[in-house]
Amino acid sequence: MPPQLKRLIPLFAIFIFLFLAARSFLVPKSFGEQGHYRFNSIAENKEKAMIYAGKEACDDCHSDRIQEMETDLHKGISCETCHGPGSAHIANPDSIKPMIPKGRDFCGMCHSLNPSRSKLVHQVDLKEHNVTENCIECHNPHLPCQMKK
Amino acid sequence: MEQNFQHLYDMLSQVQGFIYPNELDLQWGLLIVLYPYITGLVAGAFILASLERVFNVKVLGPTYQLALLTALAFLLVATMPLVSHLGHPERFYEILMTPHSTSAMAIFGFVYLWYLMVVLLLEIWFDYRQDIVIWSKETKGFKGRIYKILTLGVTDLSPSTIKWDDKIGYFITVVGIPSAFMLHGYVGFIFGSIKANPWWSTVLMPVIFLFSAMVSGIALVLFIYMAVSFFRKQKIDMPALDSIAKFLFYILVIDFTMEGLDQIHRIYEAEESFEILFLLVHGPLFLTLFVFQIFLGTVVPLISLGTLQLYKPSEKIRKIIYLSCSLLVLFGIFFMRWNVVIGGQLFSKSFYGFTGYKLHLLGSEGFLFSIIWVIIPFFILAFLLWLLPPWKKVGQHENN
Ligand code: HEC
Ligand code: HEC
Ligand code: HEC
Ligand code: HEC
Repeated sequence: MPPQLKRLIPLFAIFIFLFLAARSFLVPKSFGEQGHYRFNSIAENKEKAMIYAGKEACDDCHSDRIQEMETDLHKGISCETCHGPGSAHIANPDSIKPMIPKGRDFCGMCHSLNPSRSKLVHQVDLKEHNVTENCIECHNPHLPCQMKK
Repeated sequence: MEQNFQHLYDMLSQVQGFIYPNELDLQWGLLIVLYPYITGLVAGAFILASLERVFNVKVLGPTYQLALLTALAFLLVATMPLVSHLGHPERFYEILMTPHSTSAMAIFGFVYLWYLMVVLLLEIWFDYRQDIVIWSKETKGFKGRIYKILTLGVTDLSPSTIKWDDKIGYFITVVGIPSAFMLHGYVGFIFGSIKANPWWSTVLMPVIFLFSAMVSGIALVLFIYMAVSFFRKQKIDMPALDSIAKFLFYILVIDFTMEGLDQIHRIYEAEESFEILFLLVHGPLFLTLFVFQIFLGTVVPLISLGTLQLYKPSEKIRKIIYLSCSLLVLFGIFFMRWNVVIGGQLFSKSFYGFTGYKLHLLGSEGFLFSIIWVIIPFFILAFLLWLLPPWKKVGQHENN
């Protein structure tokens, strides 16, 4: 055997051995238990704090608001779509307040004129529809068909 | 929360027509453009070196080692754009620890390691072993110690051992050619196999990537050879330069034909995605595709190198043409990668709209950070040329 190979073959063997040794340390314990992933990650994710609470969770304290909304066209929209994640607020209702979106752009996310948007959602041209005022000065956000003015 | 909305508005302002929410942010930016670019330079430079050794193109002798060292310098950083693109770069090794046959990216890690450890490093080692042994005896101090380590203790300089260097080196080069094809064909495969994306999904993708890789690698060696000769105040070996340029021309012709074939195929098929792709190449990609990639990066070099095949002006003019062509080709192939990577993410899967891509100057995906991965290989190359200068070599491999 040429002397080069006498040296290289053990070197590569050591390299592969080190790789396998490192692998046995670095592959997480629960990997492969139930499939090609780290099984413990499921338990870890379950422990994570919730950020969004869901519409039902608001019912405990704002049931009037929920019932009211059922009567109008925004009924299909969950509270947190507009008010942002609510878990922290539920835990501390007095000190942590959810966000209240007030700008025209916000309502425009769903209502601004867009040819590729379904006609089922009514659209207005933000540059023309009552430009001087905020949407909520006239429309009640919870009861959009009811006008404040 | 409010500032999140602000970010959303900013992003929405760059949208045209209808897109799905997850298409708003373009996830693969400049760093992912650099990844196939740099890998391509490696494969191309290596294939140029193999031309000399395996296909016995003797005129290329003066650039053989240079091409190998260039390939190594760029290979060492080839994965860095990918790693630095990760949200958690320190976790990159995980993909190698638990690979899966359905993960193309995981297998790339092994293709890369094979190419680095078994092909490039070994080929360079066998080619230089005789010289490293001689240098380790002549050189004192730190450099001498590096040489001693690099010999790996094999200091035998008997003719039979040197003959082995030659034989095994040749064998590795032969194995190396399919490996280089695999390395880069593979990068093309990663894009070509994404069946959901009509701009990427074509079986020709690996082939196109391969030929564009050769084009860019050859142009890079051409450029580096001229630059190194300039800095060393050495006369350029004109026959070598002429034949590199000749190969550049040939491969460029094939590359251009392949890409043309791909587009003609796409135009003739005119699938349901055709309209959006038509808008894509005439809109957001117009400058980078038609002007940068096709006109400056392909047509101009093709015409000027093609003319030189028929008519040879003076050496001085030829050198200027070669220099500018190599730079143009490098520029053009960069934008070829750009058009593939960025272009493929600009249009919506609904085929009804576009998102935009703004390259930022700062930040981890920004221009300044990305450019580092292009500059570092040149420093590595300078170091390699200091350590293993091809012009001081005594041992020359025989052409088998
Ligand atoms: C534990 C009871 C409780 C629950 C559950 C609860 N809230 Fe509240 N919420 C309150 C109280 C108390 C206030 C303060 C009322 C006030 O200031 O008039 C409040 C105020 C608000 C406000 C007005 C904030 C402001 O700045 O004036 C909003 C918006 C709101 N809640 C949304 C929600 C949403 C959305 C949910 C469901 C995710 C929810 N709340 C669930 C108790 C609750
Ligand atoms: C379409 C978006 C939208 C949805 C959906 C929505 N809200 Fe509101 N909400 C608003 C806006 C805008 C205001 C601010 C109104 C104002 O200042 O006049 C507001 C104000 C409030 C307030 C503060 C008291 C008030 O009337 O000003 C409470 C409490 C509230 N919302 C609770 C809820 C609850 C509970 C739900 C779910 C049943 C809900 N909201 C769903 C947009 C929305
Ligand atoms: C998440 C998307 C969404 C947001 C945000 C939203 N809306 Fe709506 N809105 C709807 C949907 C869905 C309907 C019911 C379909 C329809 O009639 O357009 C609706 C209905 C309406 C209507 C009744 C249209 C009609 O048919 O007469 C008005 C007015 C309206 N919204 C105003 C607002 C205002 C003002 C805001 C901002 C506070 C707002 N919307 C925010 C989705 C949204
Ligand atoms: C000056 C009061 C005023 C303001 C401010 C205002 N609206 Fe209206 N909006 C109206 C009135 C009145 C109507 C019903 C008559 C009409 O269709 O023009 C209406 C109708 C609508 C409709 C139903 C259109 C349809 O096709 O039936 C939508 C949706 C709407 N507004 C959304 C908005 C949004 C979003 C904003 C904020 C960007 C806004 N409005 C601001 C007064 C206002």
